[in-house]
Amino acid sequence: MDVASLHGPSGDRPLLQAIGITKRYGNFLANDAVDLDLYPRTIHALLGENGAGKSTLVKIIYGLIEPTAGELRWMGQPMVLAGPSDARTRGIGMVFQHFSLFDNLTVAENVALGLDGSESFAAMSARLAQVSRDYGLPLDPKREVWRLSVGERQRIEIVRMLMQNPKLLILDEPTAVLTPQEADQLFVVLERLKEEGRAILYISHKLEEVKRLCDSATILRGGKKVATCDPRQETAASLARMMVGADIAAVKPKSARATTVPRLVVNHLSMKPDDPHGVALQDISFEVKGGEIFGLAGVAGNGQDELFAALSGERRTDNEGAVIIDGNGAGVMTITERRRLGAAFVPEERLGHGTAPRMRLSENALLTGHAASGMVKHGFIDKLATLATVDKTTQAFDVRKAKRDPEAVSLSGGNLQKFVVGREILREPGVLVVSQPTWGVDAGAAATIRQALLDLSGRGAAVLVVSQDLDELAEIADRVAVMYHGTLSAPLTAQDATREKLGLLMGGAKTGDGPALEEREAAHAAGA
Amino acid sequence: MQLVLERRAERSTLIAIASPLLAIALTLVTMSILVAVMGKNPLAALWVYFIEPLTDSYALQELVVKASPLVMIAVGLSLCYLANVWNIGAEGQFIIGAVCGSWLAVITNGTGAGPWVLPAMLVLGAAGGALYALIPAFCKVRFGASEILTSLMLVYVADLLMDYLVRGPWRDPKGMNFPTTAEFDPVATMPTLVEGSRLHAGALIALIVVIGAAVLLGRTIKGFEIRVVGAAPKAARFAGFNANQLVLFTFAVSGALAGLAGIIEVAGPVGHLQPGISPGYGFTAIIVAFLGRLNPIGILVAGLFLALTFIGGEGAQISMKLPLDLTKVFQGILLFYVLACDSMILYRIRLIGSSRKAAHGPV
Repeated sequence: MDVASLHGPSGDRPLLQAIGITKRYGNFLANDAVDLDLYPRTIHALLGENGAGKSTLVKIIYGLIEPTAGELRWMGQPMVLAGPSDARTRGIGMVFQHFSLFDNLTVAENVALGLDGSESFAAMSARLAQVSRDYGLPLDPKREVWRLSVGERQRIEIVRMLMQNPKLLILDEPTAVLTPQEADQLFVVLERLKEEGRAILYISHKLEEVKRLCDSATILRGGKKVATCDPRQETAASLARMMVGADIAAVKPKSARATTVPRLVVNHLSMKPDDPHGVALQDISFEVKGGEIFGLAGVAGNGQDELFAALSGERRTDNEGAVIIDGNGAGVMTITERRRLGAAFVPEERLGHGTAPRMRLSENALLTGHAASGMVKHGFIDKLATLATVDKTTQAFDVRKAKRDPEAVSLSGGNLQKFVVGREILREPGVLVVSQPTWGVDAGAAATIRQALLDLSGRGAAVLVVSQDLDELAEIADRVAVMYHGTLSAPLTAQDATREKLGLLMGGAKTGDGPALEEREAAHAAGA
Repeated sequence: MQLVLERRAERSTLIAIASPLLAIALTLVTMSILVAVMGKNPLAALWVYFIEPLTDSYALQELVVKASPLVMIAVGLSLCYLANVWNIGAEGQFIIGAVCGSWLAVITNGTGAGPWVLPAMLVLGAAGGALYALIPAFCKVRFGASEILTSLMLVYVADLLMDYLVRGPWRDPKGMNFPTTAEFDPVATMPTLVEGSRLHAGALIALIVVIGAAVLLGRTIKGFEIRVVGAAPKAARFAGFNANQLVLFTFAVSGALAGLAGIIEVAGPVGHLQPGISPGYGFTAIIVAFLGRLNPIGILVAGLFLALTFIGGEGAQISMKLPLDLTKVFQGILLFYVLACDSMILYRIRLIGSSRKAAHGPV
């Protein structure tokens, strides 16, 4: 499938040009006169922090939103896109970070839904099998999506895109959900697509990856293009500086590394999922000592959410000893009782789980604070105490907001995350369980949060960090264990936890995937 | 060109305040058209409906009498709706409250019982309404049955039960075979506030309910719990709030308030138990709750306004020969407009060219 011949022999002429693209939302400029040239046979990185305008730009290129000003040129000709299907017809394909797949449908059915339906289902299935084989992206067209791993689901999206034979491929943070080994496999596929003459726009904030894979890079900051460069000629630090516009303070290790007694202990925790597509927890045991940060790695959807619910008490186990907080059997306790034991929790989802989006910050302080911080007296709310918590958190964690007590939804991701983490840390918990502490957060906020976690453990708390970001775990965790299909690997010390070892564990090395899958299928059949 | 509902970045405070007023204005326009189509003078109809009752002291007292049950029921319903719990059966809880309280009035009738009868009747009425409301609540929590259907269906059960009682066991022997109980004794009737008027102590109770609910919602952790469970269920679970317990709590409270309103109505203006004790208070209160923005003070105002439609409707029937059902049409149209205008708080309408489809995708 060589497409280079379609648009001339060389890569001299840009396949796509974006000239002065501006997108205005009210007073806010999401894109401010951004230029971008994409050439065939080139992998071009689009770098920037959250909120820098990457998503807006690619959505304009994919026809999802209309620019306020500026022009797109496709093979030299001005192009006005009527929508994503128009973009696909011209040869622009995109794989989103969040997949749009129906769990209960098969791979082939999902692909069929994304195509125009001009060929028979049988012919389409055959072509699907052909394309997936050709590109080394094995997929069973008859398999239902809920049985597949996240990496496999991404393959569906990529194959679906390739079946339309695009000249330009847009991939939004494709490796965020992959193990390092799966990411390596993806890079091989991308290299091959590039050799076929296609242009690839690769969105990422993982700098090492960009240096390794991409031929050129455009860096956005605050909606503006700040540079176009050859990432292989740059260092990760110089790229980061261009992205952030300043040097990022390195996280300082905690002063005392001494650990004390185990403060959070999990003993043979097993739990069936309450959601038919959920993951059953199987015989999970570990302990986190005071002064220690214990990292929990793993590809999303391997039981991390279920474990978080079991630890927090949002779902209670039937065995008191399954979860022990500071020596107290807490397995059957509610989340409120666990908080009263000095435990604190930060869920992955900031809006809707960690906070009620349309409520004020003071009310969201009360959300977790009502259990154990004197905000409630005889059933009555002490409004001044809730406001004081907001002020203290704002000051200690530099939460930027338009007014003293705004609705949670009005804060940016990074500022809300600082509030959600800060709200718990200010209570000086003895045990903190935090899930994806810096997911989708700008570099400055991420550094603040990681430093706060290190400092908290330095003061003697036991901290459990669930994260998909291996770099983050390498930076702050003392020990790391990996979740796979509801089981937990033996913990590795920080020195021992290399990317390769963790990647193999994340892919399921050493543990069989048979029983886990059977249980999921049984649970699914019961729930269906 | 096509119309698109677009989510606003922030909720519009202006529209939050203007929405009920806009809804009322739109309803009045629609009503005028309806009346004109029926061949009557719309302006005269509006005058009879909304102005005339306010010019007459008897009608003003009547306004308060009619608003009291509406406000009491609506305050209870607002607690349910804030918590995303859909009690549609307040009419049935109202009737059961009336029946339970009346039981005591019937068995003590003519026995010379002391002044304890009325307070005991009120307690029985509230308890009966609460227990009756707990049936759909329990079915939802235990079996996942939709409370919208079960609570609504139980209205008809309550209605028929009362019908049976007043035609059978509780019928007044001296009542010329009319389906009604004997007139309640003075110890079993609500004291009047003004000598010789129909204005009774129920109005004070309604006021106390409004103040109590305002304190509950604005100042207490229970009120916070109600609001969080409704606004963000997952965050509520994270906060440690039990949604099932709250279903039972809100149903019990709203049932108790509806039942209390029921027994007060029977022991007050009506004076005996008979079919048709409610002109649909339990259903109209749903409109009152939404028109009052699920806020106790707002409900007080909305309750007075809808009471006006009941009185005006009676006046329009007498003086203009307009059908009484026009009042129900009015109330239905009003609810429709209130809900439509409320969606403008979080959304805005935009006209966009037909060349582009509504664009959406992960952000």
